[in-house]
Amino acid sequence: MLEIRGLHHAWGVTEVLRDVSLHLHAGELLALVGPSGCGKTTLLHLAAGLLPLQTGSIRRAVARPAMLFQQPRLLPWQRTIDNIGIGLRAQGVPRASARERARALGHELGLDDRALHAYPHELSGGMQSRAALARALLLEPALLLLDEPFSALDVGLRAQLHTLLLDHVQRRRTAVLLITHDLMEAVRLADSVLVMAPTPGRLVYRQPVAGPALARDDVAVHRLAAELLAVPVLRQAFDLPPLEPACLPA
Amino acid sequence: MSLLQRWAAAVATYAWSAWGAIASLLAALALWEWAAAQLGPLALPDPLAAGGALLDLMQRGSLWPELGATARRALIGLALSIGAGTLVGIIAGLSPTAALASRPLVTVMLGTPPIAWLVLALLWFGSGDGTPVFTVFIATVPIVFGAALQGTRTLDAQLRDMARAFGLPWHMTLVQVYGPHVLSYVFPAWITALGSAWKVVVMAELLASPDGVGAELAIARSQLDTAAALAWTGAVVFSLLLLEYAVLEPIKREFERWRQEPA
Repeated sequence: MLEIRGLHHAWGVTEVLRDVSLHLHAGELLALVGPSGCGKTTLLHLAAGLLPLQTGSIRRAVARPAMLFQQPRLLPWQRTIDNIGIGLRAQGVPRASARERARALGHELGLDDRALHAYPHELSGGMQSRAALARALLLEPALLLLDEPFSALDVGLRAQLHTLLLDHVQRRRTAVLLITHDLMEAVRLADSVLVMAPTPGRLVYRQPVAGPALARDDVAVHRLAAELLAVPVLRQAFDLPPLEPACLPA
Repeated sequence: MSLLQRWAAAVATYAWSAWGAIASLLAALALWEWAAAQLGPLALPDPLAAGGALLDLMQRGSLWPELGATARRALIGLALSIGAGTLVGIIAGLSPTAALASRPLVTVMLGTPPIAWLVLALLWFGSGDGTPVFTVFIATVPIVFGAALQGTRTLDAQLRDMARAFGLPWHMTLVQVYGPHVLSYVFPAWITALGSAWKVVVMAELLASPDGVGAELAIARSQLDTAAALAWTGAVVFSLLLLEYAVLEPIKREFERWRQEPA
């Protein structure tokens, strides 16, 4: 679905990404974790085609992946329902049917008619995030790129949106590349976790996560996160001190 | 129909919210009345005398054609400056170099007194419509230009990326992403420009035109007819208030409903 090979990228003289390669299959959810400023977002923007490619190759099986940004990025002057339908409108779908599909999906994601007819500033942050998720999912994309979309939400809301997202992508076998700095989020959602180290951004570790994501409970997620946190290259990437031998999980 | 209803409702809401403004206007009238009583009718006729003079002008049939000529000049000049100022402002806003280069020009244009432009315009255009129209244009164009430039410069890069990520075609990006943002900057500037156009046109006519409210003011001055001068002034101010609050303000509210807090 998405194949990235030998990607290098630089902002001026600053090298941001060095030799990044990854492979994402249909129905797979890949989480990319790394400290802030390590080049994750640059990688995602390159994958989305928002930045010109410098060195390396990116092959996408779809012309246009759907993207969910860190902030909701809703148009303040359009009602929620039209914000959700904007991707369909861009594809030439008539307004009435775009609205109809936006309403159906909005209801599924917990946005009632009142919220759908409000302007974004009248919605809470959680509602805005739901709307942004709906906007991306409405396109029924084969490839979905997520840039820390849930980082500003409280734990309850985050869990709700995680379930909604997983439910959706599993039914449609969507390939998902999720960028996050939250290890718990990564091991809760992903089939595999990739670790990126900073300056310059490069992939240093890959950890498959066993079992279907929807079946993982909080205990399993905590255990998986603790295991991941004990990996020396990951500690190094996040600039954490090495663990004392006694603290290592058995 | 629904648009007409919304307009009527907006005007009605506005009129209702205007009680405070009406009260302060009436207080000003009272102050005028008091001052008139102190100064005598030659220096300052009372409001009733000015109103009577206005009624008289209406009955003689000279009010509407003169007011019409003034409005025509102001609106032509304003339309030109809105058209050119908005367009050039947006273009300048798209290029950082042009924005940087145009800033001192805007300052110079804003700083040049309209009366200086008027003298030049008189030399260039004579006593036809050209002089007031040009003066209005030159006095209002920097206001509109500056707002359009600022609106374009402050476009949100995040929304632009969003538009690209979702593959919005250029015309959709223009109408749905750039348009409303720029409009929220230029519309208030248009209203400011309107007020300034109304003032400048009367001044230009006073010195340069054979007809229009400004010319009538010049006649009133030469005849020491203070009541007529006040009547003409009142007519100009009232027509501006009507245009701004009955036409432009409802349009602005319609455009900016997304900004208003929930009722």
